[in-house]
Amino acid sequence: MTPSRADVRAEAARLVAAFVRAGAEPLEADILLPADVLLDLYGEDIRARAFTTRDADGSERMLRPDFTVPVVQMHMADGAAPARYAYAGEVFRRQEAMPGRAAEYVQAGFELFDEGDPAAADAEVFALFRQILAPLELRVATGDIGILAAAVRGLGASDRRKAALMRHIWRPRRFRRLLDRFAGAVPPPPGRAEILAAADPLAGAGPAIGLRSRDEVLARLEVLRQDAEEPPLPAAQVGILDDILDIRGGATGALERLRDFAVDLPSLDPAIDRLTARLDALSDRGVDIATLEFEASYGRTSMEYYDGFVFGFYAEGRPDLPPVATGGRYDALTRVLGGGRAIPAVGGVIRPGLTLALSEVAE
Amino acid sequence: MTLTLGVPSKGRLMEKSFDWFGARGVTLSRTGSEREYAGRVDGVAGVALVLLSASEIPRELAAGRLHLGVTGSDLVREQLVDWTSAVRELAPMGFGHADLVIAVPRFWVDVDTLDDLDAAAAAFRARHGVRLRIATKYHRLVRDHLRSHGVADYRLVDSQGATEGTVRNRTAEAIADITSTGETLRANHLKMLSDGPVHASQATLYAARAAPLGEADRAVLSTLLSRLDLDDEEAARRA
Repeated sequence: MTPSRADVRAEAARLVAAFVRAGAEPLEADILLPADVLLDLYGEDIRARAFTTRDADGSERMLRPDFTVPVVQMHMADGAAPARYAYAGEVFRRQEAMPGRAAEYVQAGFELFDEGDPAAADAEVFALFRQILAPLELRVATGDIGILAAAVRGLGASDRRKAALMRHIWRPRRFRRLLDRFAGAVPPPPGRAEILAAADPLAGAGPAIGLRSRDEVLARLEVLRQDAEEPPLPAAQVGILDDILDIRGGATGALERLRDFAVDLPSLDPAIDRLTARLDALSDRGVDIATLEFEASYGRTSMEYYDGFVFGFYAEGRPDLPPVATGGRYDALTRVLGGGRAIPAVGGVIRPGLTLALSEVAE
Repeated sequence: MTLTLGVPSKGRLMEKSFDWFGARGVTLSRTGSEREYAGRVDGVAGVALVLLSASEIPRELAAGRLHLGVTGSDLVREQLVDWTSAVRELAPMGFGHADLVIAVPRFWVDVDTLDDLDAAAAAFRARHGVRLRIATKYHRLVRDHLRSHGVADYRLVDSQGATEGTVRNRTAEAIADITSTGETLRANHLKMLSDGPVHASQATLYAARAAPLGEADRAVLSTLLSRLDLDDEEAARRA
C-alpha cells in the first residue's frame, strides 16, 4: 500500500530528528529556485528532469529538483564550517524517461560541511545513514569518482586531452568516444586533414555569421592541429582505465587491485590514500570493509556533481524501485556555487516514502 | 462504435495517405466541400475517417480518441513522452521524408561532427561565459539526441519559425530543424553535421495503445490490417 502523505511527513520528521540528534541544525529551503543557477550547473539536461516556470518578469524558475543547490547556497552565504544541516521536503522531477515514477516526493537529508578530515566526514555521513536504515536490510553500493579522476590525471596525454576527459567523466559514452579518439581508434572526419593543411582554411567557406567569430574557428583549428600531432594514447593505459572501471566487489579486495594498478599508474596514489583513510574511518565505525560493496564506476551516470565518495542504499530484489537513499562528496560543486570559494562537503538524502513502504512490507 | 482513422487534413500528406490506402484496396475520400474536414472510407466497413492537422494526431492517438492515425514520426517522438508506450508503429509509409538535422554556419570549418560541436561548445562557453545556443522547435528530440551522445555546454532556445535565420540574427549559434533537401540551409550559409540526422522522419501509420476496442472493433481492425497487409499483433496475441 502507498503510505499517506501524513505518514510520509511523519516519517520525514522522524528522519530529521535522527539527523538533529547527530548534531545537525534544521534548515528550510526554497521550493522555487532560479533556473539559471541549475542550468549552469547541470546543463540543458536538467530541463528534462525539472519543472520550469516563469516569473512575472519573464525570468525562469525551477521547482526544486533536489536540496543540494539551495543548501549549499545558504551555507556559502552565512554558514561557518564545520556545519551539519538536516532538512526535509518535496522535490519535483519530470519523469521523461520513466513516466510511471512520481513527479513529486519527499526527501529527508543530511549535509556536512567540514574543512578538516574528509575521511572522517565521509565515514560519519555513511555510518549515520547505515544506522538509520539498518532495520530495512538494504543492499549497499559505494564508489569513488576520485579514483577515475586520478587515473585520468596520470595518463600520458597533454593537459588539453586530460581536461577534455575530465569534463566528460560523468558522461560515460562521450568519455569512451574521447578515449577512442585519443587512442587513434577513430579516424578524423573526411576532409579534416586538408582543412588543417590549407593556407587559408576559410577560403570559400561563406560569410562569418553569428556570434562565434572567425578567430574562434581559427583558434580551434590550431587546437586540432596540435591534437593531430600528439601521439596516440598508449593502448596499455587505456587498458588500465578499463580495468579500473571494471573493479567491483568487496572494498578491501578492490583496494588491493587498485594498489596493483598504481604500480603502472602512480597518479592513483593520492586517491588510493584517500580511499584507504576512508575505509579505516568506516572500519572504526563498525563497517565491515571486507564485504562492503565497492564499484569503481558507481555513480558515474546518475550522480553528476559528486566528485569523491559516493553511496546508495537499494531495496534487495526490487529493481523497480529507485534507490532508498543516495549521497556522496561534492567539493567541486561548492566551488562552482561559491564563485571560486570551495568548502568540502558530503551528504545524502533518504526517501521517507520508500522507507515507510518497505518497513510495512517487512512487518 | 466504429474504428476511427486520423489522416492529415490537407496538402500532399493527405493526398499521399489517400494514395497509400487506395493502393491497398481501402478508398479514403473527402466528403462535402473543399473546406469541410469530413471524409469516408470505402472498402472496409466500420471505419470512420477523421481529417485533422498532422500535428494534432499524436495527441489524439495518445488520448485514445483515435484508434489509428497517419502522421510524421518526428511529431510522435517530439510530442509524446515515452512514445512507444502510447502508440504502436504499424507501417512506415514511404513518403513525407524529412530529416531533423543539426546545422552550423558553413564557415565553421572546424566543426563537422557531434564531437566537434561538443568541443566548440566548451570553447565557446569558456570564451563568452554562456552556453552555445541551438535554436529549435524540436526540444525533446534534440535534447535526447545530444544527451545520449554526451554533448554538453549547449542551450536550446525556442524557435517556432524562420529558424535558419537565427544565426545571422545572433539569437543562436547553431540550429536544429527539419530539412528535406538542405536548400534553405545552404541559402542561409549553414551546413548540417556529417554524422547523421537527429531523426529521419517519414509519414507513418500508428495504432493507439489506449483506445478502447470492443469485440466488433477488434474484428474491424483485424480486417483492415489484413487488407493493408500488416501484422495484427493483437490478434496474434489472442490466438
